[in-house]
Amino acid sequence: MSSAKTSSVTAAHSVVEPSPASRRIAGALVILYALVTLVPLAWIFLTSIKSPPDSISYPPKILFTPSLEGYCNLFTTRTRQTPDYIAALPPPSGVCDAVTRERNMVIAGPSNFLPRFTNSLIIAFGSTFLAVSLGTLAAYGFSRFKVPLADDLLFFILSTRMMPPIAVAIPIYLMYRQLGLSDTALGMMLLYTAVNVSLAVWLLKGFIDEIPREYEEAAMIDGYTRLQAFFKVVLPQATTGIAATAIFCLIFAWNEYAFASLLTSGSAQTAPPFIPTIIGEGGQDWPAVAAGTTIFLVPILVFTILLRKQLLRGITFGAVRK
Amino acid sequence: MAEVTLKGVTRSFGDKRAVDSLDLHIADGEFVVLLGPTGAGKTTTLRLIAGLEKPDAGTVEIGGRPMNGASPAGRDVAFVFQQYSLYPHLTVYENLAFPLRSPARRMDKATLDARVRQVAKMVRIDHKLENRSTRLSGGEMQRVAIGRALVRRPSIYLMDEPLSSLDAKLRGELRLELKRIQKELGATLLYVTHDQIEAMTMADRIGILAEGKLVQIGTPREIYANPANLHVAARLGQPHINLVPPGLLPDAATPAGTRTVGARTEHLEIARTEGGVAGNAEVDWIEHLGDQNHLHIKVGGHKLVTLADPDLPVEAGDRISVRLRQPLYFGSDGQRLA
Ligand SMILES: Nc1ncnc2c1ncn2[C@@H]1O[C@H](COP(=O)(O)OP(=O)(O)O)[C@@H](O)[C@H]1O
Ligand SMILES: [Mg+2]
Repeated sequence: MSSAKTSSVTAAHSVVEPSPASRRIAGALVILYALVTLVPLAWIFLTSIKSPPDSISYPPKILFTPSLEGYCNLFTTRTRQTPDYIAALPPPSGVCDAVTRERNMVIAGPSNFLPRFTNSLIIAFGSTFLAVSLGTLAAYGFSRFKVPLADDLLFFILSTRMMPPIAVAIPIYLMYRQLGLSDTALGMMLLYTAVNVSLAVWLLKGFIDEIPREYEEAAMIDGYTRLQAFFKVVLPQATTGIAATAIFCLIFAWNEYAFASLLTSGSAQTAPPFIPTIIGEGGQDWPAVAAGTTIFLVPILVFTILLRKQLLRGITFGAVRK
Repeated sequence: MAEVTLKGVTRSFGDKRAVDSLDLHIADGEFVVLLGPTGAGKTTTLRLIAGLEKPDAGTVEIGGRPMNGASPAGRDVAFVFQQYSLYPHLTVYENLAFPLRSPARRMDKATLDARVRQVAKMVRIDHKLENRSTRLSGGEMQRVAIGRALVRRPSIYLMDEPLSSLDAKLRGELRLELKRIQKELGATLLYVTHDQIEAMTMADRIGILAEGKLVQIGTPREIYANPANLHVAARLGQPHINLVPPGLLPDAATPAGTRTVGARTEHLEIARTEGGVAGNAEVDWIEHLGDQNHLHIKVGGHKLVTLADPDLPVEAGDRISVRLRQPLYFGSDGQRLA
């Protein structure tokens, strides 16, 4: 399936060695593209370290005094007080204390951001782990055994991806209410797993098909069971594919907004539906929203950087693997 | 080590009979080579013995015990695959140690280490133990693959064309080494190949396999000198055996019913025609191989090839006389007559 597509890619690479000039042009284009796509991200980050007045000043300020107010507001809830009351308080105990008092407010307690962010981490990584584990096992089964109606089953698995997931939102909403899964981390994890597992099966089947079965057969002749051979021989060789699949699954689960806003509201709410609610709390607090978005980007960034070697090799779907 | 017996083993894929009622006995300590072209059923035969395929009919016995339904792990065999022999994610050392680390074996570290190093020395790869297995030359990979079988002392070693991907020189070297090692260990070994030289040089007995059937089995000498039929005769001998109709060349006595006469170099007497005697053949051209020449001869519209001494004073276009000396006779069914 994927081999035909990728072999032409590798052929193109090996036959034509790019000249220095075309290399430079390609490099320049890549940098230009990177800059264009980075502008919004840079803007978000800059906004997160502006003070609220700077963030809405027009024309927008490129040069400004950085402020931690956005981050302080993101992590806390505050109450307005009279200047006399604030003056009577003991000296501020931290940066956020000080910043808040300048606005005639005091910190009342932590905001919901941290628990929501933690929910996102648990749900996204948990569902990714589940989807990739199930996907690897299923893909291995489809790849190695005579599964009755294998092609139909694979098509059925793929067909779950053919409609936008939100099309089934109402049935799932009703189902979850019956089952007591609404607004639970478990429910969200299962939902994202269900959506991702089809992608995982298909991607991973391609990778596992390319691992010659002689490797497992050799291990089984040498006294390993099939399961042991799977863990000792197949998994190590499938790491590239597993890493690539995991990133795709994680990005979906991490960014998912529609189901999250429909099915979670309280204890299991994830960061995507939470971040927009920051806007409403006491005026349009853009620095706090931007701070939330900036922090929201970090896990994906870290995960992708950690796996980038595997990802680069995996994204060519095994063509370069040797 | 143990003896291995196949009784009427049959395996079909769809309506293709890959292995067709195969009977084969391999004695303890014997080196048997199955020789056959691609698609003859060599790999399938090995896989049936290893338990990677289930026979449709017949039984495999290892050490006198029927193996019906036994798992590959339960059969105590070692297998060298034709391809994909090494685990790419492991070093040479780890590849060699892999079979010994199986949960079925449980070997203590010191014994394992000693065994791995001993075998590494045996297959002459001990200087590269820490290399990634993907960083080896083809010859080295094949040594490791063979070594990985040799670290165990199974009932039988099964080898599927382990040298076929190597160049001629390496193949020659490893052939000798493998034979030496097998003798040293007294190993029972079933080796399959399409290379007649490997079969002739290593085997105690050669089995000729064609379309899933064992056509003939015997010592290399027997198979070469006494082929049971045309097919077997055509598998062995360099240059290829000449097949001519009876009566084309002068002969002492051709048996009745002969359809084809098979003549290798040793069955042809070649003489330069002296003093006005008209020869019955003409030298077409001479292929110089260095130590020997291939003489291409034309006789009445047929072309023959034979080995000739480089000193034989003939040139292309010379008339010569050729006669048969106790050649092989085959009937119309291809079976040997005499
Ligand atoms: N798994 C399989 N599925 C279908 N046909 C097979 C399979 N394995 C072998 N065959 C067929 O059986 C015949 C013998 O194959 P094989 O044992 O691999 O031959 P050899 O090793 O002598 O080249 C071939 O015609 C091959 O196409
Ligand atoms: Mg084969």
